[in-house]
Amino acid sequence: MNLKSTTSSISDFFYARPKLKYYLPQALTIFFIVFIFGYFSYNAQVNMDNRGIDFGLRFLGEESSFDIQFTPFVEYDGTKSYATAYLVGLINTIIVASIGIFFATILGVVIGISRLSPNYLIAKMSEIYIEIFRNVPLLLQLFFWYFAVLRTLPLPKDAVNFYDISFLSIKGLYVPRFIWTNGSLFIGSIIASIIIIFFLLRFFKKEQEQTGKQYPKFFISLTIITVLPFLTFLVGGVSLDFQYPELKQLSKTIYNFKGGIAIIPELMALALALSLYTATFIGENVRAGIQGISRGQKEAAASIGLTPGQTLKLVVMPQALRIIIPPTTNQYLNLTKNSSLAAAIAYPDLVLVFAGTALMQTGRAIEIISITMLSYLSLSITISIFMNWYNKKIAIKEK
Amino acid sequence: MMKKLTFLNPSRENLNLFILAGIALFGLGILDTVLNSQFEINITSFLPRWLNYFTPLLFSFIGLHYIRIEFSGIKMLDQLNKNINSNWFNAILSLLVIFVLIKSIPGLLNWLFFDANFIGTTKEECTGDGACWLFIRFWITRFMYGLYPDAEIWRINAAFLMLIGTVITAFFVGPKIKKYIIIFLLFIFPFIAINLISGGNFGLVWVETGAWGGLSLTFIVSIFAMLFCFPVGMFLALGRRSSYPVVKYASIGFIEFWRGVPLITVLFMASVMFPMFLPDEVFMDKLVRVIIAITLFEAAYMAEVIRGGLQALPKGQYDASKSLGMGYWRMHLLIILPQALKITIPGLANTFIALFKDTPLILVVGLLELIGMIDMAKANPYWLGFAIEGYVFAGAVYWIFCFSMSRYSQNLERKYKTDR
Amino acid sequence: MSDKIIQVENVSKWFGDFQALKDVNLEVSLKEKIVVCGPSGSGKSTLIRCINRLEEHQKGKIVVDGIELSENTKNIEQIRAEVGMVFQQFNLFPHLSILDNCALAPIWVRKMPKKQAEELALRELEKVQISDQAKKFPGQLSGGQQQRAAIARALCMEPKIMLFDEPTSALDPEMIKEVLDAMVNLAKAGMTMIVVTHEMGFAKEVADSIIFMDEGMIVERAPTKEFFVNPKSERTKLFLSQIL
Repeated sequence: MNLKSTTSSISDFFYARPKLKYYLPQALTIFFIVFIFGYFSYNAQVNMDNRGIDFGLRFLGEESSFDIQFTPFVEYDGTKSYATAYLVGLINTIIVASIGIFFATILGVVIGISRLSPNYLIAKMSEIYIEIFRNVPLLLQLFFWYFAVLRTLPLPKDAVNFYDISFLSIKGLYVPRFIWTNGSLFIGSIIASIIIIFFLLRFFKKEQEQTGKQYPKFFISLTIITVLPFLTFLVGGVSLDFQYPELKQLSKTIYNFKGGIAIIPELMALALALSLYTATFIGENVRAGIQGISRGQKEAAASIGLTPGQTLKLVVMPQALRIIIPPTTNQYLNLTKNSSLAAAIAYPDLVLVFAGTALMQTGRAIEIISITMLSYLSLSITISIFMNWYNKKIAIKEK
Repeated sequence: MMKKLTFLNPSRENLNLFILAGIALFGLGILDTVLNSQFEINITSFLPRWLNYFTPLLFSFIGLHYIRIEFSGIKMLDQLNKNINSNWFNAILSLLVIFVLIKSIPGLLNWLFFDANFIGTTKEECTGDGACWLFIRFWITRFMYGLYPDAEIWRINAAFLMLIGTVITAFFVGPKIKKYIIIFLLFIFPFIAINLISGGNFGLVWVETGAWGGLSLTFIVSIFAMLFCFPVGMFLALGRRSSYPVVKYASIGFIEFWRGVPLITVLFMASVMFPMFLPDEVFMDKLVRVIIAITLFEAAYMAEVIRGGLQALPKGQYDASKSLGMGYWRMHLLIILPQALKITIPGLANTFIALFKDTPLILVVGLLELIGMIDMAKANPYWLGFAIEGYVFAGAVYWIFCFSMSRYSQNLERKYKTDR
Repeated sequence: MSDKIIQVENVSKWFGDFQALKDVNLEVSLKEKIVVCGPSGSGKSTLIRCINRLEEHQKGKIVVDGIELSENTKNIEQIRAEVGMVFQQFNLFPHLSILDNCALAPIWVRKMPKKQAEELALRELEKVQISDQAKKFPGQLSGGQQQRAAIARALCMEPKIMLFDEPTSALDPEMIKEVLDAMVNLAKAGMTMIVVTHEMGFAKEVADSIIFMDEGMIVERAPTKEFFVNPKSERTKLFLSQIL
C-alpha cells in the first residue's frame, strides 16, 4: 500500500509539472554522462602521472625507429616520424580495401546474377559458394589462405612463371614495374578524353531531346578513350618501359627477385579473403535487387515496344540499383573495417602499424587507439552521411 | 541438301536416333575427362595438343546439341533440357561446371576420407597422402577446453548442460513459467556459471580466465555477450526514438561510435586502454573487459535491428495504446516491444550469428578460443605442418553451427511471414 | 467484312504439362470491340498475352496486321508497337513521373523529340482526364488514376489495337467507373479493343461481340445482344447465371 501511494504521488508530482518532466531526465542523463567521462579521465590522469607518461600528440613527430615491409608510394624507413608511419599504415589500408572492394563487387555481381540463372547447375553452384563462404568466420578464411595455401607456394628458385614477366612464389607475386617517359602526357590525354566524352554525351542528350535522333553513345565513347591515349604513344613521345623482376642469388641458399613490384603474400591473402567473403553479401544484395523488380515491369516495358536493352537501361536498372546500392555501400564499409584483420597476419595496415607497433614502442595507448578509432570513425560517418543524402535524393516518391 | 541439314539439327521425327547419338557423344566427353584427370589416360592422344585439350568439350557439346529437342514428350529429357541445356550458352556453362567438378571432387574426397588417417596416436602413423586427422584427435581436448585443467573439465560441461537443459525446458512450458526461466537465465544462471567455471568458491579449484580456451570459450563469450547486448540494445533503440533530444542524441552518438569502428580496435581498447581508465587498485580481468567490449559493440548493431522492428510496427498500435491511456513504459512493455521483437527475430538471429563469427578475433588479444588453440597446436615442434587439417576442422565446426543457426532463422522468418 | 486485323488459327499453348489453350480460332476486324469472359483459369489472359507475344504459343498461327508472330524478334517488336496493353496491376514505372511514363516509349522507340513526346503525352493524359497529375509519381496517385495513366501510356504509342487484361479487377469499387468511362470513350473513338473482364455492364454498352472461354477453348462467340439474350451453350448459360 505504502509503496504504491508513494510512487503514484511521485508520478502526480511530475504530471503536474510537465516542464520538469521534460528537463529533469535530460539533465540527469547529461550529468550521468559527464560523471562517467570525468571518472575515467581522472583515473587516466592519475595512472599516467604514476607512470610518468604525459598526454599529448607530440610523440607523433618523433623518430619511429621501426621498419615497415610494404611501403608503396611513400618513402619510409626507421628515421621517419610516427606521423609518417601512420600515413603509411593508412595508405596500406586504403590499398587493400580498394583491391578488396573491386574484386568483391565483380565477383558479387557475377554470383548474384548466377544465383538467378535458369541453369540449375549454375544457380546451385553459386548457392553453395554463398553458403560456404558466408558461414565461416572471416578470420578463419584469412588464416586458411595465408597459412595453409600461400605457405605451400614454391620458393623463388622454383617460382610459378608467367611468360617470364611475372612470378609467383612464397615470397609474393612479382609483377613488372611500369616506367613512364612523359607519363604526364598520357594521364593528360585520359583526362582530356573523359572531358570530351562528358561534353559529347551532353550534346547527344540535347540532340535527342530536340530531334529524337539517337547516337551510338557507347561505341563513340569507347573509341575516344582508346584512340586518344593511344595517339600519345605514336606522336606524343610517350613511351612505356618495364622493369622485369629477375631472380638474384642473395646468398648460398637464398634467392629472391629484384626489380619489379612485389605484392607480398600478406596483401594477397587479405585481399583474397576479404573479396571472397564480402562477395557473398554483395551477391545476395544484387539478387534481391534484381528479384525485387516485379515481372510486370518488364512486361509493361515490352508491351510499349522497348527492346530488352532499353528495358534494362530505362526500367530495370534504375529500380534495381535503388535496392542494391545502400546495402552494398554498407558492405564496402564492412570490408574496410574488416581489413583491420591485417593485424592477425602481419600485413602493415593502419591497425598493425599504429595501434600495434607504434603503441608497443611508445606506450601511449590512449592517444594512439583514439586516433586509430577516429580514423575509421570519420570514414564511416562520411559514408553514412553520403548514403543518407543519396537515399533521399533517389527515393521513389510515395503518397 | 535437305538430308545434310537434318543430320545437323535434331528434330522430333528421329527422336530416338538423336537421343541415342547425343547421349553417346555426351558420355564420350565425360569419359574422356574422367580418364584424363583420374587415370591419366588420354584416348585422343593422337590429336595435336591444343585440339586434344578441347575434345571432351567438343564431344559433350555436340551431344547436348543433339538431345536439345523441345517438347520431346519424354519427361526426364525435357526437365534436363530446361534446366541445363536450354541453349548453347547454358550448355557450355553446364559442361564447364561438370568438368571442374569431375576434376576436383575425387581429389578432395581422397584427401578428406580415402587416403586420410583416422586411427592412431602418434605423428608417425600419418602415412598416407591424405589428411592426418590424428592431429585433431590428439589435440581435441585442448581444442574444446583450452588450457583448462583436465580434472576440472566436468565443470564446464555441467554449466553447458544446465544452459541447454534450461533452454529446452523453455520450449515445453507455458508462458508463465517461461517468464521465470528468462529471469533465471538473465540473472541467476550467469552467476552460477561463473562460479562453476571460474571456481574459487564452494570448494572448487580456482581456474584463471587465461586458462579458459577452445570452443568452450567461444561459446562462453558469445552467450554472455548475447545475453547482455540484448537489453542494452533495447534501451539504445528506445533511446534513439526518444523525444528527449539529449537522450536521443546520446543514443545516436553511442550507436554510431560502436558501429563505425572495427572490432579489432575495440578489443585493443578493451585490453590496453580500459585499464588506464580504472583506478590502480581495481583490477578487471581481461576476459571480463573483452566481454564487456564485445557486448557494447554488438549492442549497437542490435539496437539498429530492434529499431527496425519498432519502425515497422504500424503507427496504429501506438495510437491505440495511447488512446487507452497507457503511459510510455506500459505501452512499450505490454504492446510495442512484444510485437516488435517478433518482427525482428530474424535480425536478432543474424546478429547472434555475426557475433559468433566475430569471437575468433579475441585471439589477437591473447584469449585462445578454438582457432587460437589450433594455432598453438600447429606451432608445436612435434606436430608441425598440419595447418590445413586444423583449419579445415575449425572451418567445419564453425560452418555446422553457423549454417544450422541461419537455417533455423530462415525457418523462423518463414513461420513469422505466414503468421502475419 | 472489313479487313481482319488479328487472325488466330488453331492455336494451342502448354504450360509444362498443362494445356492452357486448346485449338483456339479467332478473327478480329478493324475497329471491332470484343469482350472475353469466362471462369478463372479458362485461358482468357493467356490468349491475349499470346497476341503481343508476352506468352509463346506452341502450335498454330497468329497474324497481327499482316505480320506473323514467330521467334523473329523484329516481327515481335513491330507487332508490339501496334498493340497496346493495359494490365491488371497497372505496372507503371514507379521511378518516373506520369508524364515520363507516357513519353518514354515515344522518345526511345519512335525516336520522337522530347518536346513533341511530352505534348503527345499530355494530350493522351487529357483524354483520360488526369493531365493535372502529369508531374506526380505513380505512388502518389489512387488506383483509378494509375490505371487511367496506364491507358494513356499505352495510347502514346498510337497503337491500332488495345488489349485489356482485367483492367478493373484490382480496383476499389468507387474507382472502377472512372476507368470504364475512359475505356468507353476510347471505344467510341474507334479503337480496336479486346477486353478480358467481368464487367458485363461495360460489355453491353460497348462490345460488338462477346466471347466465352472455358478450359482453354472458345465455347461461344456471339454478337452482344444475342449473347445475353440467347446464349447457346449450357456452360455459357451457367456462367451468365452466376455473374448476372
